[in-house]
Amino acid sequence: MSELKVVLADGSQRPLNDFFWPHLLLMLASLLLCLSVFLPFWSIKMNAPQFPDGLKAVLYIDRVEGHVQEIDGLNHYLGMPPLDEGGKLERKVSLGAVGLMSLLILGTLFVHNRWAGAMGVPALVFPWVFLADLQLILYRYGHSVDPESALGGAIKPFTPPVIGVGKIGQFITEASFGAGFYLSLAAAGCVLAGLWMHRRIYREVALARRRAGVP
Amino acid sequence: MKTSWKWPAAITTLTGLLFAGACTPNPTGNAPAGGAIPTDVMSVARERGLTPDDLYAAAKTYMPSGKHDDYVLFASGGHSGQVHVIGVPSMRLLKTIAVFTPEPWQGYGYGGGPSEVLKKGNMPSGKELTWGDTHHPNLSETKGSYDGRFLFINDKANARLAVIDLRDFETKQIIKNPNAISDHGGSFVTPNTEYVVEGPQYATPIGWEYSDIKNYKEKYRALLTFWKFDPLAGRINVAQSFQMELPPYFQDLADAGKGASDGLVFVNSFNTEMATGGIEKGEPPFEAGASKNDVDYLHIIDWRKAAQIAKSGPTRTVNGMKIIGLDTAVKEKLLYFTPEPKSPHGVDVTPSGESIVVGGKLDPHVTVYSTAKIRAAMAKGSQNKDPFGVPILSLDDTKEAQVELGLGPLHTVFDNQGYAYTSMFLDSAVARWTLGGADKGQHPEPDWTLVQKLPVHYNIGHIASIEGDTATPGQGYVVALNKWSTDRFLNLGPLLPQNFQLVDSARPGESMKVLYDSPIGVAEPHYAQLMRADRLKPYEVYPFVGFNPETGQKDPNAVLSPKDARIVRKGKVVEIFTPVIRSHFSPEHVTVNEGDTVIWHLTNIERTRDAIHGFCIGGYNINLSLEPGEHQTVTFKADQPGVFPFYCTEFCSALHLEMMGYFMVKPR
Repeated sequence: MSELKVVLADGSQRPLNDFFWPHLLLMLASLLLCLSVFLPFWSIKMNAPQFPDGLKAVLYIDRVEGHVQEIDGLNHYLGMPPLDEGGKLERKVSLGAVGLMSLLILGTLFVHNRWAGAMGVPALVFPWVFLADLQLILYRYGHSVDPESALGGAIKPFTPPVIGVGKIGQFITEASFGAGFYLSLAAAGCVLAGLWMHRRIYREVALARRRAGVP
Repeated sequence: MKTSWKWPAAITTLTGLLFAGACTPNPTGNAPAGGAIPTDVMSVARERGLTPDDLYAAAKTYMPSGKHDDYVLFASGGHSGQVHVIGVPSMRLLKTIAVFTPEPWQGYGYGGGPSEVLKKGNMPSGKELTWGDTHHPNLSETKGSYDGRFLFINDKANARLAVIDLRDFETKQIIKNPNAISDHGGSFVTPNTEYVVEGPQYATPIGWEYSDIKNYKEKYRALLTFWKFDPLAGRINVAQSFQMELPPYFQDLADAGKGASDGLVFVNSFNTEMATGGIEKGEPPFEAGASKNDVDYLHIIDWRKAAQIAKSGPTRTVNGMKIIGLDTAVKEKLLYFTPEPKSPHGVDVTPSGESIVVGGKLDPHVTVYSTAKIRAAMAKGSQNKDPFGVPILSLDDTKEAQVELGLGPLHTVFDNQGYAYTSMFLDSAVARWTLGGADKGQHPEPDWTLVQKLPVHYNIGHIASIEGDTATPGQGYVVALNKWSTDRFLNLGPLLPQNFQLVDSARPGESMKVLYDSPIGVAEPHYAQLMRADRLKPYEVYPFVGFNPETGQKDPNAVLSPKDARIVRKGKVVEIFTPVIRSHFSPEHVTVNEGDTVIWHLTNIERTRDAIHGFCIGGYNINLSLEPGEHQTVTFKADQPGVFPFYCTEFCSALHLEMMGYFMVKPR
């Protein structure tokens, strides 16, 4: 395949691979992004003496799983809202948004001008937006302790760490990213590399057209 | 602060102790060597006067924190009316299951569903029975092996049978036998738990009507009950159950055949003399009159044929139960006798089902019968008959062997090495002896021979070995269920606990050893079964919120969410819907009028293991146990005006004491 060439408008030739790789990377990015919705993005494990197996909340792009009821039950002592209250809007639109991002990435295969770059931006920033939003939700959550609640007076407002170890009451928390988040990061990387290659080759195509006087 | 000095003081003391410990010179000066017992262990042993055997026993039985026992002993609780669940080899009491007796921890008999289960066991007259004499727990079986699904137990005093579901270890059903008032040889199961056999003990007029004891031979009868078990429903199906009339001998223990003897049930008897006592009238007392004959009769019953007759043959129905009459049983060849030495006690079928072992009690032998010989003798029939026309198969035609063990052989269990273990009441010992025939194992000793007698303390009754009454026994432990403990424990007054002694049953050719004494300070246990723990598959929490343990389904009145808390008044009936979760009930104020009927629906909506709540109302004799997911409804009359706190009786959380409310009854 490496010997196959594409003849551009002005008669110059480019290896087929110059087209193949950006297309492959962008399709891969779209696939990875779609896959990521089935995998956890983030989880927090809470260890305490009376929970030998710990309590876990596992965050997917559209839902929270794990010992949600137990964590909610414990948090009610602090007057904190149920986990379900955090990021409600985000969880509602997330699947649609990821679908749209994937479609936009696929769209860049057919859009061969600077707009392609713009179409890749959402997927590029998505993991970072997720992180920032999670941090905000966690901050708000930890700062919703109600001083009037049963144990609210004993716990100061806190922000559970997005990553790594923290401590709330008798719980040692341990937060980590999940496979879904890493997939979204990989997708962003693929988009970046794919678009860079995309620009390189289609710029050549455009220049060749100009040189040949094709409108 | 008044107590502020205490903590620093305590810490200083503790630190001091730790320091002192660290500085104590090594008594022997030897560092613990690899493989040898560490020096500090030896110093403990010396200090406590422990022998190497003691250390061996400790190592065999000590259960480190968080480790689980390999076996579970289900032991009758005797006249406590309960079942004890004990871990083996640690011999720790893990749980006591309430069966025939109200028990507040499990909320058993203090309102709610369990009270209804208990009520079903009352006498037909309505007379309340609040205790039972539990004798023989029996695990459900599949192909002659325990399947870990259900446990049955009989109440000798009142002729009742209970079904316990091992998914939640709760009693689901109590049946009062409609025609008998005394049982003993229960609750043995057929190899696939088709039937649970409830054998009789003291003969009475059927349906326990009145008849003078002068009419003993004519009017008094024994009834052998075959309870049909429905494993899907997890309940006895009374309509498909039946009874068989037997002569008024005192039938004793029973066992169902398996393997080669599948289809037969064996029942022992004493008092074939039909002694009727009357010591006060100068008649021989029961103890003498019932022990006169040299032999009594082992009853052999073809239960498969009997089930056919019950379905389509001649029966009569008394109090809703089909009874196969004694004459029908003889005519249809359902019942045979064969002699057994002098007032025997246990009858136990070997793992292969090829042999049946009868403990002599007043005879120093165990008598071993051959299934093949019994079947051949049954086919041949016998002209020798008892006064009721039951054919008596000659002992020479049915006997395989007799093994002399010593004084008072009672019950026998087996292992997978070809050994039998018999409890010796008078010798106060466990006798190990060898089997032959199809059950011959790896033992180096000759067949049908006594190998060892291990003293136990004291007066052993029943005996258990690992699945030792099934088709697939294990090897390693025997539990001696000793009736007397005399000097084994601290003196706590004249009522002494029983002593369950764990015995290392050892490999073939080696000697058995006593490992552990376990006091049972709750009534007089009888039989026990020892099962592999991995056969159990119980719930960790109930499978869903709103689970009604009595129906196994979602209760129509389940309160599924905190939003559903409410009080509904309809005239003089007040219904309260309460979700239960750490650490509050809702509503917390419940006000009714004196004389109102209160129907209180409570659902534990927790999903976390061990997040158990109780619900009691002071002064109203109400206490429920609400396990995660469980729903209970308690109905009562608000017949006492006043203010009554209700609260959670299981310490559920840091705010457990705050988990309460007020039940307020306005006076009329």
